[in-house]
Amino acid sequence: MSASAAARGGRGARAARWLPIAPATLLLLLFLAGPIGYCVSIAFTDMQLTGSSAVDFVGFANFRRAFADPAFRNAVWLTLVFTVLSSLVGQNTLGLALAALMRRASRPVRTVTGALVITAWVLPEIVAAFLLYAFFRREGTLDAILDRLHLPAQNWLFTLPILAVSFANVWRGTAFSMLIYSAALAEIPKDVEEAAEVDGAGGARRFWYITLPMIRRSIGTNLMLNTLQTLSVFGLVWAMTRGGPGDRSQTLPVFMYDQAFLKSLIGYGTAVALLLLLVGSLFSVVYLRLLKVEA
Amino acid sequence: MRAGAGRVRRRLAADAALLVVAAAFAVPLLWLVLASVDTQADLRVRIPRSVSADNFSAVLTPDVTFTPMLNSLVLCGGATLLTVVCATLAAYPLSRNRSRLTRPYLLTILFTTCLPITAVMVPVYALFVRVNLVDTMYGTALFLATSQLPFAIWLMKNFLDGVPPALEEAAWTDGASMPQTLVRVVLPLTGPGVAVVAIYTFIMLWGNFFVPFMLLLSPDQLPASVSIFTFFGNHGSVVYGQLAAFSILYSTPVLLLYVLIARKLGGGFALAGAVKG
Repeated sequence: MSASAAARGGRGARAARWLPIAPATLLLLLFLAGPIGYCVSIAFTDMQLTGSSAVDFVGFANFRRAFADPAFRNAVWLTLVFTVLSSLVGQNTLGLALAALMRRASRPVRTVTGALVITAWVLPEIVAAFLLYAFFRREGTLDAILDRLHLPAQNWLFTLPILAVSFANVWRGTAFSMLIYSAALAEIPKDVEEAAEVDGAGGARRFWYITLPMIRRSIGTNLMLNTLQTLSVFGLVWAMTRGGPGDRSQTLPVFMYDQAFLKSLIGYGTAVALLLLLVGSLFSVVYLRLLKVEA
Repeated sequence: MRAGAGRVRRRLAADAALLVVAAAFAVPLLWLVLASVDTQADLRVRIPRSVSADNFSAVLTPDVTFTPMLNSLVLCGGATLLTVVCATLAAYPLSRNRSRLTRPYLLTILFTTCLPITAVMVPVYALFVRVNLVDTMYGTALFLATSQLPFAIWLMKNFLDGVPPALEEAAWTDGASMPQTLVRVVLPLTGPGVAVVAIYTFIMLWGNFFVPFMLLLSPDQLPASVSIFTFFGNHGSVVYGQLAAFSILYSTPVLLLYVLIARKLGGGFALAGAVKG
C-alpha cells in the first residue's frame, strides 16, 4: 500500500474504498444467491404452480420421490450418456486432437479449420440447434449423404435421439477445448520436445509421455468446465427433440422444465434443480482445487 | 534431408485430417448459407436452382425481424451495460485493495461462474412471480446481467491487475478522489479490457435462449433467440429458406463482434485466470 493510501487511513476511508463493490454484490445476492436459497427452501415443499392452495413442508419427500421415479432415473442416465459422449469423449478429445494437429498443419488449413470450429461455437444456441436439426432430420443432409453412399437412411432424431443431440453438442462446444489446448500446447517449451525427439522417441510416445503430462492441469480444468457447461445445456436439446421421442433424450434440465412448468410441480422440479446445482457445486469445488487459485 | 521430407509428410497428414474435420463442421453451416438464398429450400444441403434474396426480403418485416432484433438489442444492451458498470466497479477495489475478505470473495465469484444457471431458472421464475417481475424487460435484463456478472468481475479483475498502480498513486498524491482516479486514470488504461468484457458479455446474452424463454411471455417483447424458436416450433409448415435467412440475420452481429475481440480472446484466451490457473 502506498504512503498516500496509508495517509488516507481511517476506518471510514477504508470502507469507502470498498464501496464500489456494493452494486455487484447486491445484484448477486438478490438474483443469484436469493433464488438458490429459495430453491433450497421450496425443494422441501409441495408447491405447485397452479392454484393458491397452501404450501406444505414435505421434508425429503421430493427427493425420495425423485430417486424412486423411473423418469428421473432415466433423465440421470441420459444426462450421464450425454455428458460422457459429448463432453468427456467428444469435445475434449476432438479439441485436443485439433489443437495438436494445428501445430503441424499448414497455415491456410489451420486458419480455415479454426474459423469453422469457432463459428459453430459463437453462433446463438438456437441457430446451432436448428442447423443440426436440419442435418439429422429425416430427409436431412445426413440422409442425403448416406443415400449417395448407398447406406440406409433413417430418422436419426427418432432412432438415436441422444446420440444426435450429443453430436450436436460436440459440434457446438469443441471450439472451447480447442482454444484451451492450443494455449496449453503453445506454452510447452520447444526444447523439451526436441530433446525427446533426439533421444529417438516417436510421435505417439512423445505425445503420451511428454506432452500429455505437461498439460495435465489444462486437461483437468477443461474437463471440469466442459462437464459443467454440458450439465446445463437446455436450448439445444429442447429445440432439437423436446426431450423426445417419448423421454429418450430427456436430460435433467429438460426433465426439470417438464416437471416444474409443463406438469406444474414446482416443488418437485426445484428438488431436481437443487440436485443439478449440487452436482455442479461438487464439480466447481474440484475445479477450484485443481486451479489452486491465487487471489 | 530425411528430416525435412518427414516433416512435409507429417504436415500433409495433419492437413488432410484437419480438412476432414473442417468439412464435418462446414456441412451444417453450408446448409444455412445455401438455404437462405434458395426459395425452394428443404432440409438438405444442395445447390439452389435459382439464387435470390427473396427469403431475406420476406423476413425483413417488423413482425419477424425488426421487433425481435430490437428487443434483443434493448434486453442484451441494457444487461451488458449493467454488467460492465457493476463488474468494473467491483473489480477495482478487488484488484487494488488487500483485505482478509478479498480471497474468499474472489473464490465465491469463481465458484459461481461454474454453477449451472439452467438449474436456477425454476426458483428464479417462482421468485419473479412473487415480486411481479415476470414478463418485464427490465426484470429479465436484471437477471441476465446478474448471470454474467461473476465471470465479468473475474475477467475485469484480471485486466485491472495488468495495469500498474503507479499512475493512480500519482493521481492520489495530487489529491484526486477515488472516483476521479477510476474514471480519469484507470478506465482509459483498461479501455481494451472493458471492451472485451462488454463484447463477450453481449455475445453470451445475445445467444441466451432459456432465460428470456422462461421470463418473458408477451410476443411483442420476445428477443430473437425466442422468436426464432416459436417461428420454427409452432408453425405447421416451416419455410426453411426464410428460417435460414432469419438465422443469418440474427447471428451476424455476434459473429462480427467476436471477430473484433478474437485476437484478445483467442490464443491465450482471456479466460486466463479462470482456465490457466
